[in-house]
Amino acid sequence: MNATALLPLPVVLPLFAAGLKLAVGLRLPRIQRFISAAVLSVVLAASVTLLVAADRDGPQVMHAGGWPVPIGIALVADRLSALMLVVSSAVTLCVLVYSIGQGMADRDEATPLSVFHPAYLILVAGVSDTFLSGDLFNLYVGFEIMLTASYVLLTLGGTAARIRAGATYIVVSLLSSVLFLVAIGMVYAATGTMNLAELSVRLADLPAGIRLVLQLALLTVFGIKAAVFPLAAWLPDSYPTAPAPVTAVFAGLLTKVGVYSILRTQTLLFPGTRLAEPLMLIALLSMVVGILGAVAQTDLKRLLSFTLVSHIGYMVFGIALASRGGVAGAVFYVAHHITVQTTLFLVTGLVERRGGTTDLQRLGGLARISPLLAAVFFVPAMNLAGIPPLSGFLGKLGLLRAGVADGGAWAYVLVGGGVVTSLLTLYALIKVWNLAFWRAAPPDLCADGTVLETDDDADQDDSDEETLMPAGRPESASLSGRSITTTAALPRTMLAATMALVALGLAYTVLAGPLTGLADRAAGELLSRTPYVQAVLAH
Amino acid sequence: MNATVALIAAGGVLFACGTVLLLARPLTRILLGAVLLGNGVNLLVLATSGRSGKAPLLSPGTDPAAVSDPFPQAMALTAIVITLALTAFLLAMAYRSWQLTGSDDVQDDVEDIRVALRAEHEGTRAELRTVIRADRARQARAEDSEDLDDELWDNVLGADR
Repeated sequence: MNATALLPLPVVLPLFAAGLKLAVGLRLPRIQRFISAAVLSVVLAASVTLLVAADRDGPQVMHAGGWPVPIGIALVADRLSALMLVVSSAVTLCVLVYSIGQGMADRDEATPLSVFHPAYLILVAGVSDTFLSGDLFNLYVGFEIMLTASYVLLTLGGTAARIRAGATYIVVSLLSSVLFLVAIGMVYAATGTMNLAELSVRLADLPAGIRLVLQLALLTVFGIKAAVFPLAAWLPDSYPTAPAPVTAVFAGLLTKVGVYSILRTQTLLFPGTRLAEPLMLIALLSMVVGILGAVAQTDLKRLLSFTLVSHIGYMVFGIALASRGGVAGAVFYVAHHITVQTTLFLVTGLVERRGGTTDLQRLGGLARISPLLAAVFFVPAMNLAGIPPLSGFLGKLGLLRAGVADGGAWAYVLVGGGVVTSLLTLYALIKVWNLAFWRAAPPDLCADGTVLETDDDADQDDSDEETLMPAGRPESASLSGRSITTTAALPRTMLAATMALVALGLAYTVLAGPLTGLADRAAGELLSRTPYVQAVLAH
Repeated sequence: MNATVALIAAGGVLFACGTVLLLARPLTRILLGAVLLGNGVNLLVLATSGRSGKAPLLSPGTDPAAVSDPFPQAMALTAIVITLALTAFLLAMAYRSWQLTGSDDVQDDVEDIRVALRAEHEGTRAELRTVIRADRARQARAEDSEDLDDELWDNVLGADR
């Protein structure tokens, strides 16, 4: 069978399922859960098939509706797209299982099924659409599908904290969408096409100044989405208040969609290293400022959000190098980071469930209370910090080696910055380990069966106080924003989903050989550009 | 390509107004700003189609050269639909915010204030803690800010035990 027939599936199936779930209604929760899980499994299978086909036969192209290139929208899966798709669908499947477990544990079936699942599936469709899009405007549409779903997910339950955080997030996203449209308008005015392959040919004929303007406009837009340093202030503010599975999938995927777009446009549309130095400066500042922010935090979720910003810097560094080694390192690092960051946020959800808070000053003794929880935190934490032989180490090593191979002064500064960031990440995560897991449990640590109340439905006189509550409060716990009960035994489904992701993170280490090979071939394909352009324009 | 100056000028004015509104605190103003920005950018996208022409309907005998470029129109239509969805969502959020807090202002990040305060008072933490032990947070509150509550101060200064 021809693999191109599978191309629309990752976009169409989740959208279809989201509609189907609304039609089925809430009376049949089992069928609802089955639909979600089955659809994401099929998407995962399709993505793997696409990756195999793309690696063997070159980019897979489908012209939606059979329209030829300048009019129709092309869906393209080259090695990079397919790899992103595989990682994202594996991660989204695990997070879905986790959220099903969470809904069951909280006896909170209605909210997840009526709101969370459809919005989540639409989010997955949007993410897949951006990865597969061979058309700049369709990329915008993919972003919008994803963002609109993410607005709903971030403000689930409509609690005061989530509305507050959501306002920042939505306004920033909205601004970036407007800027994206402006950039699209400018690109179309300059070239008369939206197809990425055609653009890559036509942009080369433009005057250098205009090309630079277009490049900067697109970089700014994707920089906001990817949360690189000066444009990242919204992220640590808005992510932590969402429920654990939502924060996890946002942290893992949404920023990486921005990184993917930067990678795609920089290599395909604007080859050459004209903006190498500014990009390296941004990468350096993202890494260092981000990780210093993480060190200052005392709330686990916010600390992790800052490490997220910091590690985006590594990927931008690889893109800025624009050498085969650098791009390959960035590709590998994206795959690694999606998995590890998602895992850590899922573990945070479990910590909250066991310890009653994510505030490091109040947590303690979790290693003794729940050794399994400590283990599922420790492995991805060390992976993120880059302890050998885990994939975080391999990813950083690849990037640093590419930096040294580049040999420029900036590259060396970045190599130094990368090492310092890695050490500071280790410091921040060890701090978490010591405070939350290793030290003796504080006397007031939540006992088994404590109900973590939220003031969601409290009278409105208290509302001023409520909005001033520091983070780490149970407001963020359940999917609907209601109270949860701490349990000595962690819900099995949630734990299993988290452990599956930990295992996936470890698999990157075991399969590091084939994976780095794939990343290297993907980088070669990105930098040579001809396979992509020919595959799209040949039809 | 020939662009229509009127469209570009109108787009620019809408953009300027939208930007000013977007910088305001109340969500309803931000919403209006977003709507203006959305319309402004739609005009700019439309302007890329060049000189206005006949409706882009292909029927026998249509001269393709006289027809205006349909592509920007399609893009603007898509963008309009998206703006509609966002407007609805922002309206709902502004209403919910008003329900919860009595205003629809975008609020500051408390955790950020907490981290900044902790750094600021790092040296005097022990001192302040005794003050608070004696008389909860009242004194410290009067000095610094009125709308920070005891709980927040507890958090800034570390556990009171």
